[in-house]
Amino acid sequence: MPRLSCWFIRAALLYLALGFTLGALLLVHKGVPLHPALWRVLPPHLECVLLGWTLQLAMGVAFWILPRFPQGPARGREALAWWAFGLLNVGVCLVGVGWMLGLPGWVPFLGRVLEAVAAVAFAAHAWPRVKPFAT
Amino acid sequence: MPAVTRWFIKAGLAYVVAALLLGVVLAAPAVAPVPPAVAVWGPVYFHLFMVGWVTQLIFGVAYWMFPRYSRDKPRGNEGQAVATFILLNLGLVCRAVGEPIHALWPAAHWRWVVALSAVLQWLAGMIFVVNTWARVKER
Repeated sequence: MPRLSCWFIRAALLYLALGFTLGALLLVHKGVPLHPALWRVLPPHLECVLLGWTLQLAMGVAFWILPRFPQGPARGREALAWWAFGLLNVGVCLVGVGWMLGLPGWVPFLGRVLEAVAAVAFAAHAWPRVKPFAT
Repeated sequence: MPAVTRWFIKAGLAYVVAALLLGVVLAAPAVAPVPPAVAVWGPVYFHLFMVGWVTQLIFGVAYWMFPRYSRDKPRGNEGQAVATFILLNLGLVCRAVGEPIHALWPAAHWRWVVALSAVLQWLAGMIFVVNTWARVKER
């Protein structure tokens, strides 16, 4: 497994742990009310499990297993995938924390922009690798 | 494909069928005289899909395909994988049954089933993370 996939997948596992923890708190709260303010963790719960966990795991596994190139850098433009990793994680943090703490609207908006740029960067990296093997 | 992976994937397939059938029921009030109370199954629909199908499929395939933990224990701790499967599914079933009943009849004692379902699923997630972490490594 390449180094970047390790980073992607370990970050995804951390988001899984965080997302499950926030979700479990919410579900316990549904049954046995703990504190009304707990509903503020709903947006970061969604952000963690949908983007931090599911999307990031898919990116990490795709970077690992998509076909490589026989000449030149084996995985093509790796820098784009590294940018995707960094931007996605900063974006998820900004969106999750921004909504949970009620920060100014530009904070989660900026997070969403970074997440979108991360998706563009990863797609640009992966696009040429979606090909027959050994070509 | 290891046995635990087969359990994960087959359970995942059952959940995706259940989730999409429930989706039909949730959409039914638009075209048929279905009580609007069916809306209490909304969160269950979403979690049957995301936890029961997507996450469970990932758990099963990761257990199968990720790099070996060691020569003696290629997939790490099999007992932890089995525990993950049991806890996740027990928790999800408790939620699928308990959450709507608690929403419709809050006076009943189903609230403890809802809380229990949260703890069971949380434990499953944590055990999966612990058992998988060491298998995420550079070759």
